[in-house]
Amino acid sequence: MSKIYDVVIIGAGPAGLSAGLYAGRSRLSTLIIEKAREGGQIVNTAEIANYPGALEGDSGPSLIERMKAQAVHFGAEIVYDTVQEVELEGKTKTIKGLNNTYQAKAVILANGAQPATLGCPGEKEFTGRGVSYCATCDGAFFESLEVFVVGGGDAAIEEALFLTKYARKVTVIHRRDALRAAKSIQEKAFANPKIEFMWDSIVKELKGEELLDTLVVENVKTGERTEVKADPEDGMFGVFVFIGFRPQTELYEGKVRMENHYIVTDDNMNTDIPGVFAAGDIRAKSLRQIVTAAADGAIAATQAEKYLNAEAG
Amino acid sequence: MILKKEEECIVLQVDKDTFGKEVLEAEGYVLVDFYGDGCAPCEALMPSIEALSEKYGDKIKFTKLNTSKARRLAISQKVLGLPVIAIYKDSEKVDELVKEEATASNVEAMIKKIYITE
Repeated sequence: MSKIYDVVIIGAGPAGLSAGLYAGRSRLSTLIIEKAREGGQIVNTAEIANYPGALEGDSGPSLIERMKAQAVHFGAEIVYDTVQEVELEGKTKTIKGLNNTYQAKAVILANGAQPATLGCPGEKEFTGRGVSYCATCDGAFFESLEVFVVGGGDAAIEEALFLTKYARKVTVIHRRDALRAAKSIQEKAFANPKIEFMWDSIVKELKGEELLDTLVVENVKTGERTEVKADPEDGMFGVFVFIGFRPQTELYEGKVRMENHYIVTDDNMNTDIPGVFAAGDIRAKSLRQIVTAAADGAIAATQAEKYLNAEAG
Repeated sequence: MILKKEEECIVLQVDKDTFGKEVLEAEGYVLVDFYGDGCAPCEALMPSIEALSEKYGDKIKFTKLNTSKARRLAISQKVLGLPVIAIYKDSEKVDELVKEEATASNVEAMIKKIYITE
């Protein structure tokens, strides 16, 4: 079997890269495992405005590139693999990936969260063919067409406002009869002549030929179903989904203590398993931002070092 | 001082006027990186595509299309969400990876698959 790392970090978003930087600087042998590309959710962000020290015009990828360079500079290794299974109990932890198996004395779980999906038929099939979770990526395709935005929080309504730059009409589909978004954002939306609302409604199905052109909504109060078809002149429309986030904790179900699918830690990022720490959006906490993810990562790495020193006695 | 040579950029930029000639009418397999202005995941993926072009550039032609300047063309290719990495042969799209699926390792696997099935 290959080498046993001091610390293996799962996930290379701000939490994982920050943990990698601190662990590397402490001269711990450190491996970061990333399934896709570094950054996590922030690669979907075109502009980082509220991270201390972020430069004007910094995008998610450019900020992450610097975080990655810094972690690597201090000795952290990064490998691309998809973790399939973990064994976290005991002194040596085993992480089984698609390509390799890794072993570590301490593990930092920094898998983060991903946009929640509707979970209705047609959603997966039409992703990239009308269904989107990223307005800045895909909004421009719907210039002078119709789009629907699913959700009622800050993100949903801000994205609806953004999409009015391109779309002819934006219909917000929300499962309640009032928005959750901040009042200032709501006021802008209600004042925008391009935005309409479909209240008490949930999306049940998405359909089309090659591109999305039909959606089925259900009124949650009456149970009535309505089929909405694209204008025949357009032949297609867009559905943008912003219904919150889901922590990436499926791997740890039944192994690590969780609350509402988020991992529970103490102030030092300890989970209920010795030598296993959690950092970033995967944790149960009040504020999920780049700055709090980075802070979690630093604490987790520092505590991992303490744990290793104590174990070495 | 050593000047960098132009030909080091081996991902060919195509646009709505050259897409037909460089992609659809080209011989062999052509990879197209569909990206757009303001698309942060596209920006994050681009360096991996450049790295793959250095590795596989002799076997497959690498191109990129800025869909922000070619919206109708992108829609005609059934591209409505970014990023998309697609492979064309004989004017047909033979394989593609969309959005979350479009990762460096999946793209490499898609390229390798071509040579296994060939």
